[in-house]
Amino acid sequence: MADTADLVLDHVTKRFGSFTAVDDLSLTVPQGSFFALLGASGCGKTTTLRTVAGLEEPTSGEIRLGDKVITHLRPYRRPVNTVFQSYALFPHLTVADNIAFGLRRRGIRKVAPKVGEMLELVQLAGFERRKPAQLSGGQQQRVALARALVNEPKVLLLDEPLGALDLKLRRQMQIELKRIQTEVGSTFLHVTHDQDEAMWMADTVAVMNKGRIEQLGAPTEIYEFPANPFVSNFLGQSNLFAAEVSGRSGDDLLLAAHGERFAAPAARARATGGPVWLGIRPEKVRLALPGEQVPPQHNQVRGVLTDTCYAGVSTEYLLRTPWGQEMSVFSANAMAGEPMVPGTEVVAHWYPAHSFVLDRPDGAGEEAPRYTADPLGVAP
Amino acid sequence: MGATAAPPPDDRSTVERPPRTRRRGLPFLLLLPGGLWLLLFFVVPSVQLAATSLYDRSGSLETGYRQAFAFGNYVDAVAEYWPHLLRSAGYAGIATVICLLLGYPLAYAIAQKAGRWRTLLLVCVIAPFFTTFLLRTLAWKSILSDNGPVVALWRALPFVPDDARLLATPVAVVAGLVYNFLPFMVLPLYASLERLDRRMLEASRDLYARPVATFRRVTLPLSMPGVVAGTLLTFIPATGDYINAELLGTPNQYMIGNVIDSAFLVRLDYPQAAALSFLLMATILVMVFSYLRAAGTEEVV
Amino acid sequence: MYRFWRWVADHWVLVIGLIVLAYLFLPIVVVFLLSVNRPASRLSYDLSAQWTLEYWLDPFGSAGIADALRVSIGIALVATLIATVLGTLMAFALARHRFRGRGTANALVFLPMATPEVVLGSSLLALFVMLRVPLGFWTVVIAHVLFCLSFVVVTVKARLAGLDPRLQEAAMDLYATEWQTFRRVTLPLVLPGIAAAALLSLSLSFDDFIITNFNSGTTVTFPMFVWGAAQRGIPREVNVIGSAVFVLAFVLVLVTQLRGRGQARRGTGVS
Repeated sequence: MADTADLVLDHVTKRFGSFTAVDDLSLTVPQGSFFALLGASGCGKTTTLRTVAGLEEPTSGEIRLGDKVITHLRPYRRPVNTVFQSYALFPHLTVADNIAFGLRRRGIRKVAPKVGEMLELVQLAGFERRKPAQLSGGQQQRVALARALVNEPKVLLLDEPLGALDLKLRRQMQIELKRIQTEVGSTFLHVTHDQDEAMWMADTVAVMNKGRIEQLGAPTEIYEFPANPFVSNFLGQSNLFAAEVSGRSGDDLLLAAHGERFAAPAARARATGGPVWLGIRPEKVRLALPGEQVPPQHNQVRGVLTDTCYAGVSTEYLLRTPWGQEMSVFSANAMAGEPMVPGTEVVAHWYPAHSFVLDRPDGAGEEAPRYTADPLGVAP
Repeated sequence: MGATAAPPPDDRSTVERPPRTRRRGLPFLLLLPGGLWLLLFFVVPSVQLAATSLYDRSGSLETGYRQAFAFGNYVDAVAEYWPHLLRSAGYAGIATVICLLLGYPLAYAIAQKAGRWRTLLLVCVIAPFFTTFLLRTLAWKSILSDNGPVVALWRALPFVPDDARLLATPVAVVAGLVYNFLPFMVLPLYASLERLDRRMLEASRDLYARPVATFRRVTLPLSMPGVVAGTLLTFIPATGDYINAELLGTPNQYMIGNVIDSAFLVRLDYPQAAALSFLLMATILVMVFSYLRAAGTEEVV
Repeated sequence: MYRFWRWVADHWVLVIGLIVLAYLFLPIVVVFLLSVNRPASRLSYDLSAQWTLEYWLDPFGSAGIADALRVSIGIALVATLIATVLGTLMAFALARHRFRGRGTANALVFLPMATPEVVLGSSLLALFVMLRVPLGFWTVVIAHVLFCLSFVVVTVKARLAGLDPRLQEAAMDLYATEWQTFRRVTLPLVLPGIAAAALLSLSLSFDDFIITNFNSGTTVTFPMFVWGAAQRGIPREVNVIGSAVFVLAFVLVLVTQLRGRGQARRGTGVS
């Protein structure tokens, strides 16, 4: 197609002195999609965004919008606009003047109707004459959004746009952003460290770590079948057991781990031989007391509860396996009854089809790798 | 120069602090010694100055003066010295504009472009203060000397006569004023440009503003407090200055300061000297406050 | 080629800034050059072809310089001490307390800065003459304290305003009385501001000519000496002292600035 306006990053690298912020990153953001770059702070996601905005120049590589190379274009020559982290609204201009800023710079005379339309879109009609300092955080956020969107950018860049809002407001804005994106149909490239936000809003999520993309795909795809231990623990949590592939039975792989036998579907395996990680999400695991009936084909792990944490919707259990590893289990509080107390001996079991298998390089050891999804503790 | 360095008083934090009921007298106690000093040696002399300006001019220091409410002193002073008053305002005004044009790029460069050299460059701006004001002004006498390279260059320009001088002309006096008061312009400008949020500039570029538009629409408006403070701190002392006119000019370039100086110290015409002083003070205060009002910045005070 | 032009486009402001800075330094260089140059005639301000170190070897060789310098330093120290103490007290009152008349007090501090020196000096002279106060060392000190005071108040107030009030609340929360809070938390944090104010008033006082000229009587400060000498040809020893003071002050300020920055980086300073 000739009129496509996909955003393409082609082997983009950005170094600051000896520090490599973005490392040979290639990415295609399809036109009209809602694309999230997810990663911890310092992973290079904001730098990536800034190279697209033109606020940083890549050290090497190329950035294209449709068939136009924009790598070295000045920011004011790109059909790309940014919603800045903590908004960067001009304090000396009114809301209307802030929104009209970009239009006026491009020599558009009749700005009032477009400004009114935008304020309507972000539900701030009547706030034209206010100054940014007279607005609440959520309102400032909407003005920042309107100020960028009024220019009808090919790509809208959002740099942690909801980071400064409290939880309730953030949820509300997430829904609204999604609605606006559907309405205007531009490409949204959204940078966030909040996995819930990324999964909730984006069509496609790219998980970034140390300047590279670890995995890219639809949120369900990434969550259900992570590419590696980092992703499996960055997006939600996973229990990972060091295992060896011991054989095959039909569509299932047979695995041995710490003297126990497990099964996992071969279709959900990143490696089909040698040392692997057997992974299972905590919410897919169920607990039974010893002696209780457990479906025979289920994978099983015995253990002792070490901690019980009641969280309303669910109860989160920690249990210690016979080989000393901690395993977490989320149990929905769908039924009446008290949570089990620490010290209880239990059997954790799950349907083999819920397992996934990840590659475990030879040198990786048996200690399950731990990553903190949210090192700053900002995410809910 | 520090006038603008002071951020606006943070009312919020003061209100949030717990009330100090037992300490109501404390602020007055703290203010007392300094306030007394200002009262005795600033307010009283100012009143005295106003009173002196209305004395009968026929008196003298030896015979004593009589309070005659001689408002005619002002009429006489203005009638006699209006060229000096105008010249002062003119020279100071031109010098202030040039200072702004030179000082803004320097302040901007230090605040936004200098990186880790910032401290060094800032010290360099105040460095001239470390050499005596008079010596620096006298150095201009050497620089602009008739046999010097600057004048040679000046004469080489088209339409400049071959015997043209710089010394003893208004050009030299204004150049001296610009030089002497440039740091007073740069420091407040620096203070407000340093606080300028870089993201504002990025946002502006992102919204299709070319560098010139970014400067006009974002940088300049946001640095207005610095511009206001800088122009005041340059204009006020430049108006009252008489050293530059004395050392670099001739009596034809004398400013109001020269007149006041000689009226007080040479001619000993106290009533007229006081009238001129008071006139200068009042004019400047009126200008300062109307300027501040027009600029909408009370922050400087 | 492309990168070169972009560099120029990005840095032209810096280039202009450096040129302006060079302009600021030009007279200082000339002052230094004059100090190592034997003038062709007594009243000449031009550089001659004769270079010499003789003035540097005997900086106090010209009659009166040493005395003038001593007087200037004395006045600067006394005036700075008084202005710093009074100004700091006022700054605390104005920055830390709300009271009736605060606006008036602020204006009273601002006004001397908005008054040309010639007016400040002449009005004080008029007062001293009318009260028949003999002019000399102390009248100069009084005048210098007056104009240094406002600068001290403004500088210290700025520092206080930049101080996080939560630090003091934290101190009180940790059982410090008001006096202990002041002594252990507030004062150490404001000290750099007070030091800067003192340095400022020291250099303002040392360098002042206009106000001093009105109120000094027969007392001769260093700037007064230069002024007097200018009429009959400046002894080049004056340039030696000017250059020496410059180098000394420049190094001193640079060192304190850099040290202060190091401290701030280590997290002890509050900028």
